[in-house]
Amino acid sequence: MRSLRPVLLIGALVLVSACSGIQPWVKPYERDRLADPIMAWDRDAISAAYLDHIRESREGSRGATGGAGGGCGCN
Amino acid sequence: MKSAHRNRAHLAALAFVAALLLMSAGSAGVLPDDRADLFYSRYSGGGMDITGTSVLARKKITEDLAVEFNYFVDQVSGASIDVLSQASVIKDERKQATGTVEYVHDKTTYTLSYINSRERDYISNTTHFSLSQDMFGDLTTLTLGFSRTRDEVGENNGTAETPIVAWLGHADTRSYDAGLAQILTKNLIAGVNLEVITDAGYLANPYRSIRYLDPTNPKGYSLASQVYPDTRTSTAVQTQAKYYLPYRAALTGSYRFYRDTWGVIGNTYEVDYTHPIRNLWILEGRLRYYKQGSAVFYSDLFPYADSQNFMARDQDLAAQDNTTIGAKATYAFLPDGWKMFKRGTVTFDVSRIQFKYLDFRNIKYYGVPQYLPGDEPLYQFNATVYQLFMSVFF
Repeated sequence: MRSLRPVLLIGALVLVSACSGIQPWVKPYERDRLADPIMAWDRDAISAAYLDHIRESREGSRGATGGAGGGCGCN
Repeated sequence: MKSAHRNRAHLAALAFVAALLLMSAGSAGVLPDDRADLFYSRYSGGGMDITGTSVLARKKITEDLAVEFNYFVDQVSGASIDVLSQASVIKDERKQATGTVEYVHDKTTYTLSYINSRERDYISNTTHFSLSQDMFGDLTTLTLGFSRTRDEVGENNGTAETPIVAWLGHADTRSYDAGLAQILTKNLIAGVNLEVITDAGYLANPYRSIRYLDPTNPKGYSLASQVYPDTRTSTAVQTQAKYYLPYRAALTGSYRFYRDTWGVIGNTYEVDYTHPIRNLWILEGRLRYYKQGSAVFYSDLFPYADSQNFMARDQDLAAQDNTTIGAKATYAFLPDGWKMFKRGTVTFDVSRIQFKYLDFRNIKYYGVPQYLPGDEPLYQFNATVYQLFMSVFF
């Protein structure tokens, strides 16, 4: 149950934030730098998924990197 | 234990559905450009060579509906050192097909994927659903996702050419993830991702074995099958930030904390630097450090046979750290497009990974007279990963 608390917390945050009146402090015309391709989290999905698969085959940790995949990596 | 696992899974599902219902709609989102990729990769290290080839195609059917297909083939030769202690798997092949549909409605993007992965002795099917919602004048993006995977786990008791596969059981995995990306300033974006994964079923690796002290064996030790729990729940939280530097370049930092019910605790740190040169090149350098503690039922050498309920000697569960240094160069061979193509690029990526184990010993020294069991040097190895791919956007 403890491990699910963050999931419940995020659900509660959505509820609270939907009721608030926050105004965007970075206007759309000020986002040219953020729209530059160099600011993308992952530019190449295959490459990112491939590196994730290698890591998950050798490390005990998994998840929270945004990728999904299958396979064993047993060998 | 299975009942508790199911209850946790149902609670998480309820939280997920509740969060979906709380979302609100606004103005329209935009799907990424159509693209096609040809991909080649090579991994060498720790006695293994893995060659990967892949194709990806992505196409918008309408302005708010896109489909994507990816096919990936991994060819493995060799085997990692802990597998060699029990078996001699020297060739294998994994084929993975992924189909994805993306649909945008107002500020919400819905994504549905199906992944099928096949090896001679392992079949995995995953269904993934996620949605992303832009909020607060598009300063904030919330993503919620759910995956369910069913794995069929087997053991090849034959050879690569004439496999004799014994199917041992299946594993059922459910994943719940949530992510928040936030524009903080004109130059800074940050994000946090959370993923909870629960597994139930056959979770051991049949090719790996434990070893235990055995005075009746001339080597001083014997090997036996691993015994794993049949459930596992893990939680991972990653935070990351990306900053646009005063000149045209970007700096990214990320940290991930991981823990699971097997006692594994992992910490991952990564820093990336991205530097474009005009609109022709994008150069990237990265440094990653990972450290983990061992699972509570892991040991490189157990004191005697059946000394614990659960026993593992899988190197993934050993205490370890690894360091990755990587570089990536993307060259635009069609920087301004041509006919129907908006842009074409070719990318070369190389990573060097140094693995060091803190309680996993090197099998090469097993049985060597000057080393008693448990005194062999610790295992470490280096791996090199190459990727070469071409992408066209249209």
